[in-house]
Amino acid sequence: MHRRIDWPAHLVLLLGVALFAFPVWLVFAGATQDAGAINRGDLSLIPDFSHLGIFLSVLLHGYGEAGGHPAWRMLMISAGMALSIAVGKIVISVLSAYAVVFFRFPFRMAAFWTIFITLMLPVEVRIIPTYAVMADFHMINSFAGLTVPLIASATATLLFRQVYLAIPDELVEAARMDGAGPIRFLFDMLIPVSAANMAALFVILFVYGWNQYLWPLLVATDPRLDTIVIGIVQLTFGGFTLTPWNTMMAMAVLAIVPPVVVVVAMQRWFVHGLAEVEK
Amino acid sequence: MDRRTIFGGRLLPIAFVLPQLLVTFLFFLLPAGKAIYGSFTQTDAFGLHTRFIGFANFVSLLDDAGYRAAFGRTAIFCALVTLLAMASALLFAIFADHEIRGRAIYRTLLIWPYAVAPAVSAVLWVFVMHPEVGIVGRELGRFGIHWDYTVNGTQALGLVIVASAWTQVSYNFVFYLAGLQSIPSSVIEAARMDGAGGFRRFRTIVFPLLMPTTFFLLIVNLVYAAFDTFGTIMALTRGGPGQATVTLVVKVYRDGVVNLDLAGSSAQSVILMLIVIGLTAVQFRFLGRRTIS
Repeated sequence: MHRRIDWPAHLVLLLGVALFAFPVWLVFAGATQDAGAINRGDLSLIPDFSHLGIFLSVLLHGYGEAGGHPAWRMLMISAGMALSIAVGKIVISVLSAYAVVFFRFPFRMAAFWTIFITLMLPVEVRIIPTYAVMADFHMINSFAGLTVPLIASATATLLFRQVYLAIPDELVEAARMDGAGPIRFLFDMLIPVSAANMAALFVILFVYGWNQYLWPLLVATDPRLDTIVIGIVQLTFGGFTLTPWNTMMAMAVLAIVPPVVVVVAMQRWFVHGLAEVEK
Repeated sequence: MDRRTIFGGRLLPIAFVLPQLLVTFLFFLLPAGKAIYGSFTQTDAFGLHTRFIGFANFVSLLDDAGYRAAFGRTAIFCALVTLLAMASALLFAIFADHEIRGRAIYRTLLIWPYAVAPAVSAVLWVFVMHPEVGIVGRELGRFGIHWDYTVNGTQALGLVIVASAWTQVSYNFVFYLAGLQSIPSSVIEAARMDGAGGFRRFRTIVFPLLMPTTFFLLIVNLVYAAFDTFGTIMALTRGGPGQATVTLVVKVYRDGVVNLDLAGSSAQSVILMLIVIGLTAVQFRFLGRRTIS
């Protein structure tokens, strides 16, 4: 084999890497610059390293004039939302897939198809009536309202159903011979067997929960429940004497880092998982 | 497909499916039912009387030039976002599949943007393309381009398309790379020995073998462009200037939440549901065929 450097490949890939890295670097560099200077059109790609303190100040104090809360609070709401949705979806999907695959009960297939239907009803297509239902249940402006309605998951149920259907009957028989009841079988057998699927799903669902915009916009108008994504977009809505460009950029960086860390740290599971989930 | 070995008992499995069924019923089926009911009825200004009016809401919706325009705009928007996001992902995947140094690093650096929220990616694009502040946008005037997406509708739509595609490239990249890696190298080798050049190999062998992936991504990207770009559009243009970037989902939001036109927005919701059901049906029909072959 010849060890020639594949220039076209490096060129195209570097271009791609730059296409994605450039805006994020720009926002990182811009966060450390003066809002007034940015407003005059002097946004620069070179960060001012003496002003890295902006990130700390946004974390602790947020942006006062906008009536916004400190970013750490929004990050906590985002993290709480992302974790609750990811864990909630996995738990209720494991349980329902387990019930549908390993038991026989009345209306079993009806239950399965009911769950399947949620695939065809994303929030975006039922904005107003969902709001009405949430108002009837007094779930507007509550953390439960922010998370519980999103934890139904047809995709996760379908995935676990596939995994459970693939478990050999002999294994189930053997577990039963050993005297394992349904609960022990679930914890000692099914959960360990599907741990890798759960990890993959966790990454996808964490990102899904963290990145929600329409749902919190709809059901959580109380600024105390602002997620970091809502907080940033709110800043872009303006109404300032001097737009706090640098604060917006610092918040954008803070909003991007956590889900990116999760994806990069769990990349191996994530890449396999994506293919599994969409099968 | 059913299992042979099963556990006895009825209460336990019912208790296990109940949480999911409850959430599904309360937050999916009930609102969907309300939307369907609302789309066929009309409530008076005081909310006292509701009467059944058949398809009148749909008829007036389809009579509305603004709605028809939003429909056409959404179609163009979806087509261009999908094309842009899929074509660039395929390009990167082809080269990331080469045996080159730093392959793993390139892959990570092309996958991480998956994690960026659509609404946040829009904010990133503001700093690139804003006519006064943006590092690229403010320079365009020097090249004789009168760039201001806050007043020029075509530029606004173009920017929203690019920003929406940007966030979706990583997802497509993962699938195209997996698709390329599943093509046996012997097939490619054989074509190489037959003297087929790089582009010819791609056109006659690689691309046809990627067809299932392409078709699957086509549906996923259309759904993404139609429904998941609400945050991107809101953060960049809020649907403006005028109606220039109002897609169907932005219109439901504007008419329902902002203008409180409940009957009209219910009818719009029902139309959107039909679109999702159609796309999902196509996807599952296709996926069903793939698992058989």
